[in-house]
Amino acid sequence: MPKITYIEQNGKEHVVDAPVGQTVMEAAIKHGVPGIDADCGGACACATCHVYVDPDWAAKTGEASSMEQSMLDFANDVEDTSRLSCQIKVTDDLDGLIVRLPRSQH
Amino acid sequence: MNTAEINRVIIIGAGQAGGETAQRLRQGGFEGDITLIGEEPIAPYQRPPLSKKYLAGEYGQDRLMLRPPEVYAHENVALLTNTRAVWVDRANKRVRLEGGRELAYDALVLATGARPRVLKLAGADLAGSYVLRTIADIDAIRHDFKSGARLVVVGAGYIGLEAAAVARQLELDVTVVESAVRPLARVTSPDVAGFFLDEHTAQGVRFVLSAQPAVIKGVEHVTGVRLADGAEIAADLVIAGIGVTPETTLASHSGLVVEDGVVTDRACRSSDPAIFAIGDCARRPMIHYGERMARLESVHNAVEGAKIVAATLLGQKPPAEEAPWFWSDQYDLKFQIAGLFQGYDRAIQRGSMEKRAFAMFYYKAGRLIAVDAVNRPGEYLGAKLLIQTGRSVAPDILADETRPMKEIVAAAKD
Repeated sequence: MPKITYIEQNGKEHVVDAPVGQTVMEAAIKHGVPGIDADCGGACACATCHVYVDPDWAAKTGEASSMEQSMLDFANDVEDTSRLSCQIKVTDDLDGLIVRLPRSQH
Repeated sequence: MNTAEINRVIIIGAGQAGGETAQRLRQGGFEGDITLIGEEPIAPYQRPPLSKKYLAGEYGQDRLMLRPPEVYAHENVALLTNTRAVWVDRANKRVRLEGGRELAYDALVLATGARPRVLKLAGADLAGSYVLRTIADIDAIRHDFKSGARLVVVGAGYIGLEAAAVARQLELDVTVVESAVRPLARVTSPDVAGFFLDEHTAQGVRFVLSAQPAVIKGVEHVTGVRLADGAEIAADLVIAGIGVTPETTLASHSGLVVEDGVVTDRACRSSDPAIFAIGDCARRPMIHYGERMARLESVHNAVEGAKIVAATLLGQKPPAEEAPWFWSDQYDLKFQIAGLFQGYDRAIQRGSMEKRAFAMFYYKAGRLIAVDAVNRPGEYLGAKLLIQTGRSVAPDILADETRPMKEIVAAAKD
């Protein structure tokens, strides 16, 4: 199963087994990773699962869709590799993925 | 309430509001007893996908779970499933469960949710006649939810239309019967309702509007629906999506103030200071709408109530209230709603219904109060931000598509 590393603002790392086919958000919620709220449960309705994809991984996770980008326009502290983690599907290619968490989701 | 004296919290209702309350209390450092009581056989789960991806068979039960079921034991939350609370002894701060067991509380959270209204018609109890609220409901529906089957949906609200959309994707034959003159009458404006009527019609859904079902026909299993005007629609299954009733029986019997929902203040505190009520069963003042009392049926309301109660019990400052938000997925349409549109006196459209990407902004007395956005998430989030920060933007500015939403929101003044 692919492993994903989530890094909190304070540097604390959470390495999580993520089932292929689910999303980077779901793997975080299942393992209680703090810093991802995901209030809407992955319906792309709340923009509270914002993450920064490690630049080395950005090519593999791909780009945000125009709909996702419109949501990110209103998230806090957006950077070049910002994504909504509910929109990143876990694949075998993402084994080892590193994402960083923002200061706040609200 | 002195938070230092709160050692035992009982949460009645193990849906999203109840589950989130337990989680947020523990994550916030609460070390006392938490008992989470639910009537369903499983741990808290998300209801919104039930009428969408779960009905479509795209999600299994594991993907609905709010958190993995083993987390509750791990976090020392006593999760009592298949358990009904029957009485609250407020004087002695005790909850009695069915079977007689009693539990003491220092703070009680009612998160009892709502129950679906059922058709009060002859034949409504036939096999093949369903409501849509729980995992068990969907699992039952799926016995009859097969390609080619004839489905009659009663009620053209969010639930009914979402079920209709999934049914068309799975190639059922679908008729929607609605008592109002248009779909979504309770939740949106005539123009937006007309858009959804056209979309569903184009997808092959038949609508019978301004119509009342009179009889569900059948011997053992549903075979059709007879309407009040005598017309008959052949059916293999019927799904009633005619709204919900807040589950307030326990609150009423306990003498709490109930007016279509347990009445609370902004801190979600009921008329008894040791008892809170959150989620679908509660009615609270809407800070962004002149403290008007409202009972909301939404994930936003469930989660926000949980956050407020957890913060209050932890002696922390509760979070700023968001503008209420909702969503509905139908076909490839992402319908996102922020704010409360009731009482609007002006509606302004941005974008195009023909292109299936537009937002309708609602104004009351010159102020933005709500948005309905279809495939326009930026307009939805932007308007939500404006509303919850007490800002407004002139209608002609929002109607101007040459100005990006992000720029409009950034330039908005109080």
